[in-house]
Amino acid sequence: MTGTTSQTTPEAQASAPGGLVKDVVTLDRVVIRLAGDSGDGMQLTGNRFTSETASLGNDVSTLPNFPAEIRAPTGTLPGVSSFQLHFADHDIMTPGDAPDVLVAMNPAALKANLADLPGGGLLIVDSDEFTARNLAKVGYAENPLEDGSLEGWQLVSVPLTSMTTDALADSGLGKKEAERSKNMFTLGLLSWMYHRPTEGTIRFLERQFRRKPEIAAANIAAFRAGFNYGETTEAFAVSYEIKPAPMAPGTYRNISGNQALAYGLVAAGVRSGLPVFLGAYPITPASDVLHELSKHKAFGVRTYQAEDEIAGIGAALGASFGGALGVTTTSGPGVALKSETVGLAVMTELPLVIVDVQRGGPSTGLPTKTEQSDLLQAMFGRNGEAPVPVVAPRSPADCFDAAIEAARIALTYRTPVFLLSDGYLANGAEPWSVPDTDSLPDLRVEFATEPNGTDAAGDPVFLPYLRDPETLARPWAVPGTKALQHRIGGLEKADGTGNISYDPANHDHMTRIRQAKVDGIAASLPPTEVDDPDGDAKVLVIGWGSTYGPIGAACRRIRRSGRSIAQVHLRHVNPLPADLGDIIRSYDRVVCPEMNLGQLSLLLRAEYLVDVQSHTQVRGLPFRAAELAAVLQDVIDSTGPEVQS
Amino acid sequence: MTTSPIDEHVHELGMPAFDQRIADAVARSVELGGDKQTSLKAKDLKTDQEVRWCPGCGDYVILNAVQSFLPSLGIAREDMVIVSGIGCSSRFPYYMNTYGMHSIHGRAPAIATGLAASRPDLSVWVVTGDGDALSIGGNHLIHTLRRNVNLTILLFNNRIYGLTKGQYSPTSELGKVTKSTPMGSLDHPFNPVSLALGADATFVGRAMDSDRKGLTDVLRQAAEHQGTALVEIYQNCNIFNDGAFELLKDPLTGTQWSIPLVHGEKIVFGPDGASCVVADGWGGLRVAETNSVDEADIVVHDAHREDPAYAFALSRLSSQDLRYTPMGVFRSVAKPTYDAMMTDQLTEARSGGAGDLDRLLHGSDTWTVEA
Ligand SMILES: Cc1ncc(C[n+]2csc(CCOP(=O)(O)OP(=O)(O)O)c2C)c(N)n1
Ligand code: SF4
Ligand SMILES: [Mg+2]
Repeated sequence: MTGTTSQTTPEAQASAPGGLVKDVVTLDRVVIRLAGDSGDGMQLTGNRFTSETASLGNDVSTLPNFPAEIRAPTGTLPGVSSFQLHFADHDIMTPGDAPDVLVAMNPAALKANLADLPGGGLLIVDSDEFTARNLAKVGYAENPLEDGSLEGWQLVSVPLTSMTTDALADSGLGKKEAERSKNMFTLGLLSWMYHRPTEGTIRFLERQFRRKPEIAAANIAAFRAGFNYGETTEAFAVSYEIKPAPMAPGTYRNISGNQALAYGLVAAGVRSGLPVFLGAYPITPASDVLHELSKHKAFGVRTYQAEDEIAGIGAALGASFGGALGVTTTSGPGVALKSETVGLAVMTELPLVIVDVQRGGPSTGLPTKTEQSDLLQAMFGRNGEAPVPVVAPRSPADCFDAAIEAARIALTYRTPVFLLSDGYLANGAEPWSVPDTDSLPDLRVEFATEPNGTDAAGDPVFLPYLRDPETLARPWAVPGTKALQHRIGGLEKADGTGNISYDPANHDHMTRIRQAKVDGIAASLPPTEVDDPDGDAKVLVIGWGSTYGPIGAACRRIRRSGRSIAQVHLRHVNPLPADLGDIIRSYDRVVCPEMNLGQLSLLLRAEYLVDVQSHTQVRGLPFRAAELAAVLQDVIDSTGPEVQS
Repeated sequence: MTTSPIDEHVHELGMPAFDQRIADAVARSVELGGDKQTSLKAKDLKTDQEVRWCPGCGDYVILNAVQSFLPSLGIAREDMVIVSGIGCSSRFPYYMNTYGMHSIHGRAPAIATGLAASRPDLSVWVVTGDGDALSIGGNHLIHTLRRNVNLTILLFNNRIYGLTKGQYSPTSELGKVTKSTPMGSLDHPFNPVSLALGADATFVGRAMDSDRKGLTDVLRQAAEHQGTALVEIYQNCNIFNDGAFELLKDPLTGTQWSIPLVHGEKIVFGPDGASCVVADGWGGLRVAETNSVDEADIVVHDAHREDPAYAFALSRLSSQDLRYTPMGVFRSVAKPTYDAMMTDQLTEARSGGAGDLDRLLHGSDTWTVEA
């Protein structure tokens, strides 16, 4: 496998029932990409392989790549769906730059993915699908399996479809139906090749098709047939073993970003003791958060599918007024629609979590692809001075903690908070050390229950805009609370009483105090972690959000080559951590890689007057660690010895 | 099983147990401030805020009517919430000593839906204008009506944009000359009652600002209705559209052109009951001369009819110049409310026990790494 150390361990030779003796090669890491038609079930296959792999103790990172169309014509390039997974015997940070193994279920999948498979890589294809008709659909004049054009790769051509239907000859299923199990045959073969445990998948299939036992049986039979085929065929002379990664002790599970984010919100409800209210309108790639939260009514989570994004956030804000933890989930185009209501939340100072699972933009953009280009929209996309805190998760599992942090800020400071995930985090998955629920942050806040001031006549009154001196948060009095009736709204409020005020000095004061409240959140943040193991780095690389994995992997490469580099990755983009200015200024050069055209670097330059170097890419895909390492290496090389000032 | 006072309180409010902290805050405020006061007077609902509508505006009359009528519902003022959008009419919450939110243009039904769906213990009201509800907020209005969330919507229809100083609105008559339409408006107006019935609203009524008795009567029925109630209130904007409803208010023409709706009674109107409503033979209704039809053919008003087509036909009797305008309750039917069904789903989901966070986070596929 490319870039991996491999060694044959003779003592680990396996003997198959057919009398074949096969070698077992130990690898430290493998990147596999499964590609097929969107109807071929590649995402399911990838997810199952990921679960098997994770349960074996390997570290895993995955990258699904969906076609933009739901049902593109079968066998065409727009219909290709793929799933890449990277697993290793050590801790890894990305789904891998390029695959070592490509499984192509049809000519379209081959054509769309071959360019990414480095020379010499293992290429497994379903030869049954390479028919004249399918070849013509994607413009192959000759059959690449036969014309020698694939000589640069280790081609293994397997009639996956017909072997599946043969295996299911007695299942009672029709041919078309039997063919649909070819993904499970393929999974069986890969499970054999990489010594994956099979019980989990069998249990999964039984569960999944509980109501259709004959389909469950067929899929299990196909899965076993694929496994046995690997064991007996001569097409595969070796199988591979990847030892478990040393991981911190604990209970682990595999989790995707959207699922972790939804769990974080459920946990925030439990830890605050408040009912969660989600108002949302479906949009890729955020819909799965709505789907997931809809399952958790037993936690008091109310989910409301609104008529549009504006109603979604409006309902969430209305629920917050009533004492719920209001949440709205969307992607960039939906944020554009919500802007006016975010402003209302800023003005009314109610807690609200706005989740933006970013995708390629502008406009409808690239719905199924990832990007980080909504940062400035989250920061500034409103009329007036309307500061909103911004929190960003760095990996799929980290979406859990980031969601809890967003809720903490919203509840403590009575403010809308943006939680900026993205398509890569949303659909990517990794092992997650399941936290002890008692160790999660305590998010309890007190509702106001009695008057907090006196009027001119000395009678007790409720002042809805009298602030907590420390957090500058205003009291949260929910309807139903006796004697605290008050009116809030979008018009400027008089300090303290909250009555409408057009007074110039009051508006100036209130504008500054809303800003000061958000700025003050920085005081509640832990010191920024600087990853500078050598302590002598001159170059700092700074990022936010899902670039954490690729940046981290690039830094490792640089350190392995004996050079030093420092890394900072921001959880909070607004407000920025209080110590960040000093950290940034202590390095000669600062590089900021982003999947946009330089939005964080714009903020850092404005904030710290530092010549941050922006490195950007908007390909709808995460950075490749090797490319990023080369960019960072160039910066290091061009950074001379300490310049005397 | 013994229950604590708070549990009883929660039970009384119809709130599931995970809303306990809200119930606790409410209970604590009662402990500190005394029992909820449900026998109110109109003055208890006034605030210290100076009312800022133009002198002579119909909004004053409606405010007075609402303040006089609400106490009869026996609801404590802290249990009432008024949510409004933007417009002259939407200033309403500032003048009501209840909880309130003066929100953004057109969005009040959406915000109120989130509040009412998560707090079924509250009495939630929406105050909106013809521009607010039918232009910018049209989408929210129709969806709120079809969902049947438990709230009461008061739509102040002055057939003009008041706050922005006099542009025509979606209820202005065709050809309306305003600042933005010097040669007359080109768009055909909505009939808000027809629109609401098209959205299958479970309660739809119409009243006149100056008719205290008629308005109070419709408001009472709207407030008692379980589900979304829409009340269109004709409101005079004496600055930008003065006299818009004069035809119906004038003692002479008023009896001729308004059709009072009384459930269970024959629809007969006009001076000396000279006019009546009969079936038109095409599935709709028409106005006829009472003495030219068979008495048995006169329609008896039935607001509880399941099929909205009848109420819709009633709403189509009037033309945009307001001749033959039915006033009163068009439709009032019982249907499950969104908030009650949502509460039921939550209760059902908890029937097997409350959510267990540990179990959720672990899921079904875990592995353990030993120290
Ligand atoms: C997003 C937005 N667009 C436009 C406006 C300006 N605006 C305020 S009120 C209004 C029309 C109000 O008309 P209506 O709802 O009939 O209320 P009225 O003043 O007549 O009571 C408009 C256009 C606004 N406040 N917000
Ligand atoms: S402009 Fe018209 S609607 Fe607005 S307050 Fe004045 S009279 Fe009333
Ligand atoms: Mg109006």
